[in-house]
Amino acid sequence: MAVARIQVPPEVKRGELVQVRLAIQHPMETGFRFDVMGRPIPKNVINSLVCRYNGAEVFRAELGSGIAANPYLQFFMRAEATGELVFEWVDDAGERGSERATITVVT
Amino acid sequence: MARCSRRRFLAAAAAGVVAAHVRVAGAQLAAQPLEPLIAKLTGDASVQPGRVTLEIPRLADNGHSVPLKVRVESAMTERDYVKTIHILSGRNPRPHIAAFHLNPHCGRAEISTRVRLNGTQRLVVLAQASDGSWWSGSAEVEVTETACLDAT
Repeated sequence: MAVARIQVPPEVKRGELVQVRLAIQHPMETGFRFDVMGRPIPKNVINSLVCRYNGAEVFRAELGSGIAANPYLQFFMRAEATGELVFEWVDDAGERGSERATITVVT
Repeated sequence: MARCSRRRFLAAAAAGVVAAHVRVAGAQLAAQPLEPLIAKLTGDASVQPGRVTLEIPRLADNGHSVPLKVRVESAMTERDYVKTIHILSGRNPRPHIAAFHLNPHCGRAEISTRVRLNGTQRLVVLAQASDGSWWSGSAEVEVTETACLDAT
């Protein structure tokens, strides 16, 4: 359901700081809004997200309705070896999403 | 008949819009003290102001999406790194905006995201280091259009 995009540098030097950016398409519905007929729109936000690099957890987040729609996250990590960066998240409705990217490490 | 049902629909829509404004007004909270939430998150530990910097526009035109960067001074080594970062809002209906969990692999304790703000307020960021100490930083943001007034 959610389209996501990861931005990482295509190549990094071993041990170099890598800037990781993630943008997910998700309404992050707050639960405070009403539709045109006056019915409340149920809350549905991405509530947890985890990022693993070569299986090891690098970053974890608990989000709420205070995060803007189409959540954007940026953080840093160090890469020692070429590998796969995997993001996984779940929202209040139970929908899971994931996205992966490869980081190539040159020595 | 067409005229009757349209009138009924318009009446319902108007009622819906009025209801929305009335309910949403409840969401326009006054600034609330964050001390109880901070005490709950830190387990009543002492929090020292410092090491935490917030980069956020001084004036945000639209509270729906305000870019925020949080930086915590830390070597981010195995022995000394930032474990958790909490973003707290002084005025949102849900004060705990987000929690981020880092580890030494991060290399730098810096997070960027976009937050939703319910009007002009003060944001407080708590950071816990691996040695258990808590640090805090805060920033005042003026918000021209609050994110909580959205009846569409």
